[in-house]
Amino acid sequence: MKYQPVIGLEVHVQLLTDTKIFCGCSTKFGAEPNSQTCPVCLGLPGALPVLNKKVVEFAIKAGLSTNCSITPRSIFARKNYFYPDLPKGYQISQFEDPICQWGWLDIKVEGEEPKRIGITRIHMEEDAGKLVHGELSGPGDGSGVDLNRACTPLLEVVSEPDLRSSDEAVVYLKQLHQIVTWLGICDGNMEEGSFRCDANVSVMPVGSDKLGTRAEIKNVNSFKFVKQAIEYEIERQIDLIEDGGTVVQETRLFDPNSGKTRSMRSKEEAHDYRYFPDPDLVPLVISNEWIERSRQELPELPEQRQQRFMADMGLPLCDAEVLIASRSLADYFEAGVTAGGNAKAVGNWVMGEITRALNDSGTSIETCPVSPEQLAELLKLIDNGTISGKIAKTVFDEMWRSGKAPHLIVEEQGLLQVSDSGAIEGIIDEIMAANAGQVEEYRGGKEKVFGFFVGQVMKASKGKANPTVVNELLLNKLKG
Amino acid sequence: MNIFNMTIHELHNALKGKQISSVEATAAMLERIESVEPQVGSFITVTPEKALVAAESADQRIARGECHLMTGIPMAIKDIFLTEGILTTCGSRILNNFIPPYSAASWEKLRDRGAVLLGKLNQDEFAMGSSNESSAYGTTRNPWDLSRIPGGSSGGSAAAVAASQAIATLGTDTGGSIRQPASHCGCVGLKPTYGRVSRYGVIAYASSLDQVGPLTRDVADCAVMLEAIAGHDPKDSTSVDTPVPNYSATLKNGVKGLKIGLPKEYFIDGLDPDVQVAMDAAIETYRRLGAEFVEISLPHTDYAVATYYLIATAEASSNLARYDGVRFGHRAEADGLLDMYTKSRSEGFGAEVKRRIMLGTYALSSGYYDAYYVKAQKVRTLIMNDFIRAFADVDVMLTPVAPTPAFKIGEKINDPLQMYLSDIFTIPVNLAGTCAMSLPAGFSTTGLPIGLQLIGKPFGEEALLQAGYAFEQATEWHIRKATI
Amino acid sequence: MKITVADVEHVARLARLELNLGEKELFAGQMDAILGYVEKLNGVNTEGIVPTSHAVPMENAFREDITKSSIGLEKALANAPDRSGSFFAVPKVIE
Repeated sequence: MKYQPVIGLEVHVQLLTDTKIFCGCSTKFGAEPNSQTCPVCLGLPGALPVLNKKVVEFAIKAGLSTNCSITPRSIFARKNYFYPDLPKGYQISQFEDPICQWGWLDIKVEGEEPKRIGITRIHMEEDAGKLVHGELSGPGDGSGVDLNRACTPLLEVVSEPDLRSSDEAVVYLKQLHQIVTWLGICDGNMEEGSFRCDANVSVMPVGSDKLGTRAEIKNVNSFKFVKQAIEYEIERQIDLIEDGGTVVQETRLFDPNSGKTRSMRSKEEAHDYRYFPDPDLVPLVISNEWIERSRQELPELPEQRQQRFMADMGLPLCDAEVLIASRSLADYFEAGVTAGGNAKAVGNWVMGEITRALNDSGTSIETCPVSPEQLAELLKLIDNGTISGKIAKTVFDEMWRSGKAPHLIVEEQGLLQVSDSGAIEGIIDEIMAANAGQVEEYRGGKEKVFGFFVGQVMKASKGKANPTVVNELLLNKLKG
Repeated sequence: MNIFNMTIHELHNALKGKQISSVEATAAMLERIESVEPQVGSFITVTPEKALVAAESADQRIARGECHLMTGIPMAIKDIFLTEGILTTCGSRILNNFIPPYSAASWEKLRDRGAVLLGKLNQDEFAMGSSNESSAYGTTRNPWDLSRIPGGSSGGSAAAVAASQAIATLGTDTGGSIRQPASHCGCVGLKPTYGRVSRYGVIAYASSLDQVGPLTRDVADCAVMLEAIAGHDPKDSTSVDTPVPNYSATLKNGVKGLKIGLPKEYFIDGLDPDVQVAMDAAIETYRRLGAEFVEISLPHTDYAVATYYLIATAEASSNLARYDGVRFGHRAEADGLLDMYTKSRSEGFGAEVKRRIMLGTYALSSGYYDAYYVKAQKVRTLIMNDFIRAFADVDVMLTPVAPTPAFKIGEKINDPLQMYLSDIFTIPVNLAGTCAMSLPAGFSTTGLPIGLQLIGKPFGEEALLQAGYAFEQATEWHIRKATI
Repeated sequence: MKITVADVEHVARLARLELNLGEKELFAGQMDAILGYVEKLNGVNTEGIVPTSHAVPMENAFREDITKSSIGLEKALANAPDRSGSFFAVPKVIE
C-alpha cells in the first residue's frame, strides 16, 4: 500500500523584546542562572502579570505578514500542569480567541506547483524556565532550575495539517523563519532556541480521507533535523502499520545523533491542562485603527520585494531570490542601486565578492565595511572605464581593508586604466619584438596565440590597460 | 482613655498634639497584645522590634510636621499580605518558612504614610473558610465569647480590632471574608469594589473575587484607611484607573432622601430572630434619618453559593499550583520529583484547602469544564445583572451580613456545605464585583455582635460610607467593647 | 451523580495531592454533597448568556517594554528549600 504523510507544524518564535512578556526582567541570553528574575517570573505568591505591549505589537505584525485575521478581542488562558521549570504551575497562554487566526503562506517546493499552507492560529504565551542535569556544582544527581528564560515572550504559530512531505515542511518553515527575522521580531537563532519547531506527523493510505494517529516530535532545532526527523517518523509509522501495529498518539523526541525519534517516557496519565481564562489579565481589545497603524508600519515583505526586484529592476528570479535572503541583504542591495549602481552589476557583486568576503571574515552584511554607496561608486569607475574589472577586485579588497573610497584608492595606488593608444602601442611593440616566433605562428594562421599576446600586454601594464583598446591595437599590429 | 481602645482619629489627634508619641502608643499596643493574645489568638506573628523602629521613625516624621492620618498608627494586617523580610504564612503550613522579598502594594501605601506594623494576623488557611478554624496556626477566638469563632477568613483581623490589639487592620474579602468576621466581632469592615485596591502582593485565593479592605472601630476610620489603600496600581492589571474620592470629606452628607433597597431574597424564614430584630431596628433608624425604603429583588440569589464555590475553587486550584516545594515553602522528604510534589503539597495543605483544590480541579477537568465552570460563569452574569437592574432604582441596599451570630468553634467543621451556606448574604457581592460594608447593628440576646450589610454600586464606596456614618451617629453599637 | 473514590484519586493525581483511604472516602462523600448542591445551577436557563470572567469591565492593561532591575540572585534563591550554586535544586527530572 502507498501512504500519504500528513504534517502540521507548531513553531515557537521567541520575540526580540527587551523585557519578558509579563514583567520587566531582561530577556538577555546567557546571564547567570536566576539572576534575571523577579516575583512575577519566579511565580512568588501575590505576584501578578502585566502584559508587555510590544509583544502584542509583534504578534499583530506576525499575523498581518502571514495573512491572518487579527482577533478584535482576545484573552489569555492558564494552561495548568506541574513541572519544575514552570514556576506558577500553569503557563499563561492563549487558548480560546488567540490574537491571530485563519492565515496562510504560499510555498513552492522546487519542481512542484505552488501550494497554500493554512495557518490555524498564532498566539502569545510565556516560555518556561530551563532545567539542567548533571552539570551542577552541588552534591547528588538532581536537576537544577534556572528561571531566567521563564516568562520570555513567545509566539506559537500553528499550521493546518496541510503539509504532505518533509520538503514542504522545510520550505514552509524557512519561509516563516524569513518572515519573523525580516520583521525584526525574532533573531531566528535555532540553536539557542529562538525559533523552534514541533512537528505533528501522521500517515494515511493514499486516497483515504481519514487522518492517521499522529505523533508529536518535539523541539527540532535545525532545518536539516526537521527534514530528518519527519522522514524518519514517516518511515517508522509506515513500517509499524505494515507490520500490523498501530501508531499511538504520543510525544517523541528527535535524537540528532542517531537521526531517530524516540518515545518520551510516557507520563503517568494523559495531560488534562484544564485551560480557563486567566483572571489576573484583562481582555486584549485591538481596534481597527491599531491594526491599520501596524499595517502601515510593516516593512515590504520578502515576497513583495522579490517581485519588485524582478519587475522594476529587471533581475532574474534566481538573483532576486538570493538577494531577499535577509532584509539587511536586500536593503544593502537596494541602497547600492539607489546610489546609482546598475542593478544587475550590484546584484552580482553582492552575491559574489561581498558574500565571499563576508564569509571569509565571518562578518554579516549589517557590519559590512564596504558601504553600498562605495560599492556603487566602484561599479561606476568600471562602467566609465576608469578602472578595469580586474583592477576593481584589487580596489575592492583595499576598500574592505581600509574602508577608503574607491576613487582614492585608485589615485593613491595609480590603478587608473590606460586607454591611451600610444602607450599601449609601445607595450605591444616591445612584446611583439620579444616574441617574434609567436608572431610568425599567428601570421601562419594559428590564431589561438592571440590570447597569449593579450595576456602579455595586460601583465606588462599591470592590468591597467584597457582590454578593448588592447584587443583592437593588437589585431591591427599582428595582421601587420 | 486606654490608648489601645482609640480610633485612628483619636490617636492621630493625640499624636499630632504631642500628648503621646507613636513609640508610646506602639508599646501600649504590644503590651495589650501580650496580655490578651493567649486567649484570643489573633496573631500568627508579632513583630515588636520592627514595630518600635517604625514608631520611632513615625515620631520623627511627626516632629518634622509630616503627620498623615496614618502616621504613627499601630496596626496589623492579615497574614495573606506579603511583607518584605517578615514571615508570611497565609495561615498555611506550606508557607511556614516563607520570608517574602517584597511587600504587598496596599500595605506599602500604609507603610509609606507612616503606619506602624504590629504583626501579621491569623486567618483561615489561604483565606478558605468562614471561621478561622482552617488556620494551621490555631483557631482565633471571638473576643465577645471565647468559645465561638471570630468569623473568617479575616478572623484575626476582626478579632484584633475587637480585642483592642490593633487600632485598625487590613483583611481580604473573597466571599465575605472581611464583612462576616467584622459582623461577628462588632467592627466595621469594608469590601471595596473589585479593582479599587491593588491585589499585588496579596496571596491569591480566587483572583476574580479577591479584594483588599479595612477593618476598623468606626466608619470614619474606615474612610481614612480606604483613602490610603485605594487607587490604580500598574502592577495589577485588574486595578481600575478611577480617581479616589476624598471619602472623609463627604462622610457627613447624611441619608436624607437616600433610597435603600431591601432585597426580599435576603430576608428569609431561616434568619436568626436576633438578626431579624437588629435588621428591623436598623431600618427604623434609617427611616427616622430620612431614608426611603424600596423592596427589590435579586432573583438569582439562591444560586450564588453554588456559583461561588465553582468559580472560587477553580481559580484556587490553579492559584495554589505554585506551592510545589521548588522555589519556596515547605518541601517534603521525597523519593523523586513526583513524590516531592505530592508529599510537599499533601503535608503542607490542610483539609479545607485540599477539599477546595480538589473541587476546583474537578470543575475545570476535561469533560466537566462546560457543565461546571462555564455554567457558573454564566450564572455569575445573571447575578451581576440582578444587581445592575436593582441599582437602577436604589442607591444602596441593606441586608444582614450573616444569617446567625457567631457559631461555636467546631460546630460546622465537619459539614463544609453548611459552612459554605452561611456565606449566602456576602457571596453575591463578590460575584457582582461591587462594594459592601458591615456595620455593628446590635447584639443577640446572648451578647454576640450582629452586623448589618450595606451594599453599594460599583465604585459607590462614598455612598456606603455616608450611609454607614449616619447610622453610626444615630446608634451606639460601635462603642460597646468586648470585655476581655 | 456520584463521586467515587476513583474520581477522587484521579483528581488528586491531577492536583498533585496524596490522600489516605480515609481522606479519599471523606472527600468523595463531601464532594458528592457539594457537587450535588451545585447541580441546582442546571435549573437556570443560561441560553445566550455570556460568561463573566471579570465583574468589572476592563480591557487593555499594558506595560511598556522597559527593563526593570531584577531582585537579584540571592533574593531569588533566599527561600529555596534546596539550591545548588545559582540553581534551584530539585530531584532528578527524567525526560
